[in-house]
Amino acid sequence: MIDARSLTRDFVVSRSQTVHAVRGISLRIEPGELVALLGPNGAGKTTTMRMLTTLIAPTSGTATVAGHDVVREPGKVRRHIGYVGQGNGAGHTQRARDELRTQGAIYGLDRRAARRRADDLLDGLDLADLADRKVSALSGGQRRRLDVAMGLVHAPSLLFLDEPSTGLDPQNRANLWEHILRMRAEAAMTVVLTTHYLDEADSMAERVVIVDHGEIIADDSAAALKAKLAGDRIVVTVAGDDARPLARLVDRLPGARDLVCAGSRVEAHVADGPAALPELLRAAIEADVRVGTAQAHQPTLDDVFLTLTGRSLREAEQETPTAQDSPQDSQTRKDVP
Amino acid sequence: MTTIGATAPSPTPVAARTRTGPLGLLRDVGIVLTRELRPLRHDPFSVVFGMVQPLVFLGLFGPLLVGSLGGQAGTAFGAGGVWQWFVPAILVMTALFGTSATGANLLFEFQTGAHERMLVTPLSRPSLLVGRALKEMVPLAGQAVIIVLVMIPFGFRLYPVGALLGLALLAVFGVGLGALSYSLAIAVRKQDWMFWVVQQTLIFPLMLLSGMLLPLETGPGWMRVASQVNPLAYLVDAERALFAGEIGSMTVLWGWVAALVTAAVGLTVGVRAMARSAD
Ligand SMILES: Nc1ncnc2c1ncn2[C@@H]1O[C@H](COP(=O)(O)OP(=O)(O)O)[C@@H](O)[C@H]1O
Ligand SMILES: [Mg+2]
Repeated sequence: MIDARSLTRDFVVSRSQTVHAVRGISLRIEPGELVALLGPNGAGKTTTMRMLTTLIAPTSGTATVAGHDVVREPGKVRRHIGYVGQGNGAGHTQRARDELRTQGAIYGLDRRAARRRADDLLDGLDLADLADRKVSALSGGQRRRLDVAMGLVHAPSLLFLDEPSTGLDPQNRANLWEHILRMRAEAAMTVVLTTHYLDEADSMAERVVIVDHGEIIADDSAAALKAKLAGDRIVVTVAGDDARPLARLVDRLPGARDLVCAGSRVEAHVADGPAALPELLRAAIEADVRVGTAQAHQPTLDDVFLTLTGRSLREAEQETPTAQDSPQDSQTRKDVP
Repeated sequence: MTTIGATAPSPTPVAARTRTGPLGLLRDVGIVLTRELRPLRHDPFSVVFGMVQPLVFLGLFGPLLVGSLGGQAGTAFGAGGVWQWFVPAILVMTALFGTSATGANLLFEFQTGAHERMLVTPLSRPSLLVGRALKEMVPLAGQAVIIVLVMIPFGFRLYPVGALLGLALLAVFGVGLGALSYSLAIAVRKQDWMFWVVQQTLIFPLMLLSGMLLPLETGPGWMRVASQVNPLAYLVDAERALFAGEIGSMTVLWGWVAALVTAAVGLTVGVRAMARSAD
């Protein structure tokens, strides 16, 4: 469905400054996949998507989307893809129903078919009661559903969604996703979305492509990424203030690595967090080490991002100068004697 | 629950029905034009907003004109007096203020994402500009008719054929100026505050150097020279002639030349700008 090879895109901001927004992205997506591009703001997700949807030309590289080259045959690509951009697709002075009919006409539906399609989509996305409202009078969540409806008018086999749920409250987000997933199932659509919400990529996408600084740094299912690149983690503290005896015990747990011992606290990756804790506690009792607290953490995609970049995705988001430092570095790293 | 997929037309036939070539362009222009006209149809009173300045001039400047140079302008255009001289100019002013501001609508659609939505569809790029520019004729015609009707009780004399031709001339000019306004919007889309700066900086000199408000005959020589390269001056003269019932004179011909050149330049520049508007 998508075959992108070494796509790059530079933006010339001023004579002395060029932004390398995308620095060589190669990506194959098969029909029927649901893929999330995950990365912090400014990673190049939107720019990548705008190249794949023919909105901007790549600086170098090629891409075939829905069977056509994005540079040589942009018109054919446009006819086959649906796109929901980062902003709102509907004009603010227009009415919801009219915008859907206009889209229908654009994709070659006759008046009757366009009218019927608009009504179906309004029903399907819970917008029927708002059909005659001006877009400017819709709430953020309603507008976003209208955007999705507009992207679906011609029943595309490939749908691009750029930050579909940004700015929505959790309830609206869940609601929007319910609609997207249902339509995907009904129409056997390939879906490519971008997001900077970790949980969204984690729970919705079957495949997560992590993008940072204009490059793909990981590409797999969320589960595989977490298992491969992060793994379970345990955090334990001792009742006293010297954790080194406890650290020695932690180090013996199956799969223990990346152990950090700071003051009364020990942190390490282990093969199986929930199983490791009881074992550790038993060993601690035998060795007469008093444990204060014990926690097991299952990895999140944020842990994956941290492993890959040394930054947390949330910090990368804020673009603070210290965002380059990982939390571990601020602690003293002691080797277990 | 409605099943969307089941009733959906499959993508392939949709694509097959999308025409290319001149017929496709015409169809696309029609779609864009229809979309642009919708808000106007739902809210016809919005045409009045574009008339605020012209009506202020008509109400506050007109009476001053009557007082200060009533006789002089009257002799220039015969029996009609000052209103016969001033009303056609006010129509041109309406076109100037209304259509030169229309780019702001596009600028807004750049910000919201609505324009990007259009760019990602198979609509041809030129149609996105031409359809919008053609739409300018409609509010303009509406405004012109209102002004003329309002002025008839004040002694404005209507020559129907000339008036209709005058409206047509104004519409052609409006398409050109609208297209230029859209071009400006596209050019400054990354520094949108520039739009109003440029628009305001241009329209006032254009207006004053067109002889719209005061006859240029009484001004210094350089002003008269400057007005000779101002298409608006030819348009104002032609409208005055047409609304005096004079249909086939050289003045009118020059007005058509000015309007058609404005439209041709505007559409050419605009279509080129539109092609690059995604970046
Ligand atoms: N039109 C543009 N002009 C200049 N710089 C741009 C433009 N679009 C994006 N950029 C820059 O390119 C980088 C990637 O942006 P973007 O693709 O929007 O990131 P994301 O969608 O991942 O947040 C950012 O540094 C952004 O500022
Ligand atoms: Mg983005």
